[in-house]
Amino acid sequence: MTGQLICIVCPAGCEMTACIKDGKLEVWGEKCKRGLEYAEREFTNPMRTIATSVLVDNGELPLAPVRLDNPVPKKQIFNIMREIKAVRLEAPVHIGQIVLSDVCGCGSDVVVTKNVGRAQPRL
Amino acid sequence: MRLLNKDAVIIGGGPAGLAAAIQLKKNGIDNILIIEREKNLGGILRQCIHDGFGLTRFGKSLSGPEYAQIFIDEANDLGIEALTDTSVINITYGKVVTAVNRGGIFHVQSKAVVLAMGCRERTRGAINIPGARPAGIYNAGVAQSYINLHNTMVGREIVILGSGDIGMIMARRLTLEGAHVKAVFEAQAYPSGLPRNIEQCLNDYGIPLYLSHTVTKICGRRRVEGVVVSRVDSAFSPIDGTEKFFSCDTLILSVGLIPENELSLMAGVELDRRTRGAYVNDSFETGCSGIFAAGNVLHVHDLVDFVSIEAEELAASAAEYVSSDCLPKASIVVVPGRNVGYAVPQRVSGEKNFTLSFRVKQPIENCKVTVSQGGNVISEVKMRKAIPANMIQIKISADRLESGKEIEVTAV
Repeated sequence: MTGQLICIVCPAGCEMTACIKDGKLEVWGEKCKRGLEYAEREFTNPMRTIATSVLVDNGELPLAPVRLDNPVPKKQIFNIMREIKAVRLEAPVHIGQIVLSDVCGCGSDVVVTKNVGRAQPRL
Repeated sequence: MRLLNKDAVIIGGGPAGLAAAIQLKKNGIDNILIIEREKNLGGILRQCIHDGFGLTRFGKSLSGPEYAQIFIDEANDLGIEALTDTSVINITYGKVVTAVNRGGIFHVQSKAVVLAMGCRERTRGAINIPGARPAGIYNAGVAQSYINLHNTMVGREIVILGSGDIGMIMARRLTLEGAHVKAVFEAQAYPSGLPRNIEQCLNDYGIPLYLSHTVTKICGRRRVEGVVVSRVDSAFSPIDGTEKFFSCDTLILSVGLIPENELSLMAGVELDRRTRGAYVNDSFETGCSGIFAAGNVLHVHDLVDFVSIEAEELAASAAEYVSSDCLPKASIVVVPGRNVGYAVPQRVSGEKNFTLSFRVKQPIENCKVTVSQGGNVISEVKMRKAIPANMIQIKISADRLESGKEIEVTAV
């Protein structure tokens, strides 16, 4: 089995060729070892991170962006989106604040990536 | 009318402006001011909530707001003055900057001016798509702002024209938010965004990418009801008989970015028709003495990491200008040669090392990039694949340069 894949680890986007020979994965075309790790995972259990946003009550902005701090199995993405959608935060929120731990049991936390202060009261 | 005096005014508080201001301060230039038209610093990064920023600079993958916050915090810690909600409305050749905010209009006489206004998106009008003018047509960055900043969904059935990175990132974002992205169409025969985005934003979600296709008609009275897509030939002319109708309620455009240089033109800065940014020398000084430019206002970058680095290099020169009032004269012309779309800087002094930034015009496999001067090869780099989506940078050392002779960069 031989496959072409494009590494998504960094913007270089290495074009790699991977093939399974005698039960072992061989990879060509990667420029660093992260490409090798990516190819191995892609063949066994493709992993991704996602970024989205959650609602913030009484904030200077209606939303705070969040991201996963670790990659999760690709097939879990839409389950995780559903969990994140149910979250509502109260302002203020801070970068690094964890809004969901070990989301869907995938070993990744959902963390806030923007400071959102409390809305100024209207005068 | 109020008149302030500054050593440097930085126009734009995005990644370029913040990095330039921080580096100016670190170089001992204290009396500086950032002017930002939005309510917050950070520029377009504020709405780029996906990760992948900072891999080059910080060795980790951050979201846009996180990347920006590192610079905002540093600027605050250094006590750099920034006026937000303030629009610059004029710059003169003599470096008087006029700005307006709720407090009224004011002028700043500055020793140096740093242009860091970034770029804006090309619109439907710029590419002349025929058809009706219903609601539901958005630039990718506008849709991004609606969804990521304003909690407003733009549509349900989406077609995207243009394979720019923002368009592909929005394809994924819209899909995660429950929309159905039918397809991405690209008039060129190759994608204009990065390969990793085709992989993680389109292929991961089963969104097809059609190359050599464009939208030739927009249908719908009040709201978009669909688009007609045609195959195009190598001259981008639609081929008769290839029209196909795609029903959709939203058309997203990701068809290129244009450096935002209206203010630069007011000061008399001359622009390069290739980059649509200023002509600059190896000090990032434009044709107007003491007016500098870096980041996307100079040429559209692929990664923000390189914007920050370029702005820091600018700051080192601008600091020298403020303290000494003069910079090395740049008389060596740099020209983009075969298969090279543009090259920045366009002139160099030959007295200091510099980074040459450029893009190839079309994808080239087993590419050899050559920088030469008067027939002498200064630098040669071999690449497995060079694509227009990637900005290429080569460091050139001054001791290899001769005075007077033109420098040429080619890719074959």
